[in-house]
Amino acid sequence: MSREIAFTFNSNKIAITVEDHWTLLHLIREELGYTGTKEGCGSGECGACTVIVDGMAVNSCLYLAAEIDGKELVTIEGLTSPDGSLHPIQKAFVENGGIQCGFCSPGMIMSAKALLDENSNATEDDIKDAIAGNLCRCTGYVQIIDSIKSVSGYYQKEAPQVVAWKNDEDDRGE
Amino acid sequence: MRRFTYLVPQTLDEAVSLHESYGDHAKYIAGGTDVLVKIKEGKVAPEYLISLKHILKQDRPYLNQETGELHIGAFVTHRAIETSPLVKLNYPILYDAVKNIGSVQIRNVATIGGNLVNAVPSADGAIPLIALDGKAQIYGTKGRRSTQLLRFFLGPGQCDLERGEILTNVIIPPPQDRSAGAYVKHGRRQAMELPMLGVGVQLGLEEDLATCARARICLGVAAPTPLRCRQAENYLSGKTIDELSLTEAGKIAGEESRVRDSIRGVAWYRREMVAVLVKRMGMKALQRAKLKEQP
Repeated sequence: MSREIAFTFNSNKIAITVEDHWTLLHLIREELGYTGTKEGCGSGECGACTVIVDGMAVNSCLYLAAEIDGKELVTIEGLTSPDGSLHPIQKAFVENGGIQCGFCSPGMIMSAKALLDENSNATEDDIKDAIAGNLCRCTGYVQIIDSIKSVSGYYQKEAPQVVAWKNDEDDRGE
Repeated sequence: MRRFTYLVPQTLDEAVSLHESYGDHAKYIAGGTDVLVKIKEGKVAPEYLISLKHILKQDRPYLNQETGELHIGAFVTHRAIETSPLVKLNYPILYDAVKNIGSVQIRNVATIGGNLVNAVPSADGAIPLIALDGKAQIYGTKGRRSTQLLRFFLGPGQCDLERGEILTNVIIPPPQDRSAGAYVKHGRRQAMELPMLGVGVQLGLEEDLATCARARICLGVAAPTPLRCRQAENYLSGKTIDELSLTEAGKIAGEESRVRDSIRGVAWYRREMVAVLVKRMGMKALQRAKLKEQP
């Protein structure tokens, strides 16, 4: 059976006809054509298909398209500004080597975003908990955790202030 | 995925009558994190999925002010239980269990009722709810009924639900004075893994904050259904809770368990770990109960 649904997709309101047996992942990739969201295992183990529904990270491979009716959906494409500039979390992944092959990155970044939207001062334990459902086979997770830490307020506050020497101009009192 | 028709009833009566009309061709679905995987794998092939997600607008555990009981709707997500301040404060044993189920993505969607009706021996949700003397409320064509959660589990994958019946609520009695509990899922990793063993200990203390007034020791994956170690519980009752008494209670619980060899672990190891973890969880419960009583 098919049904009419309406929802917010990356800040745009859309109405579309979906089949009952479609997953949200199918709707996003095959019908809407947004291929940033990946299909890994298809059974909720790997997190490559993670998207944000009403502020919560969910596996879009185990979420029925019919259930998105009336809700707000954000995918990786929704993070970039209209002018193409990257979201701070995306930048952090690029700068900290949080990306190697890139397959897990959209899901990983959406999990990080859901976490930081809810708790902008996430600790390392919070981060590990938030990405426990996202598998990465390249990085060994260290760089990914570093990437997310670099945009968490907790570490910005905690980081000791480093004062650099300024050439020779201020060596009085040394 | 195989085609099906998705039905979205608004009331329990509507859901039950839809199930009656479609019989074996229909299956209830709540969060869907298990049902959809089973459909994808071809293990089940329902023509109709009856969603329970839109029934009872009850999305968080709530306290019945008159009775002091905690009501957890079956369609409450694990995440809602995990983030409930009420649960964390009064029922830490339940918090311990739900915070390590699946992943954030799964917990945001999967429901506690779904976890229970699957009745797999490794379901983490069941153990603390049984240790808290939870009752299951069930609704079907013959009306409403209630059963002790411990008796709800009949075998692996089998629970006490007649055809078309729906688990609607789990009700937890008010917390006893000076009581606390702790649960541990034992396995090779915490997240995204079923436990090799689940151990929950709930203790109620006398006024001296040392003597055991009441103990509940519950094990998961230690038998085909969740297991209450009554001999170990009886042993602890009236004794001073310390490493010595908990070590003995752990040994008794290990003897009571009906662990077996499986892909996740072997029986002798599981039995030894029952003893170790009963002691650890007992000590944790004791500390928590004392902490709660501090002014």
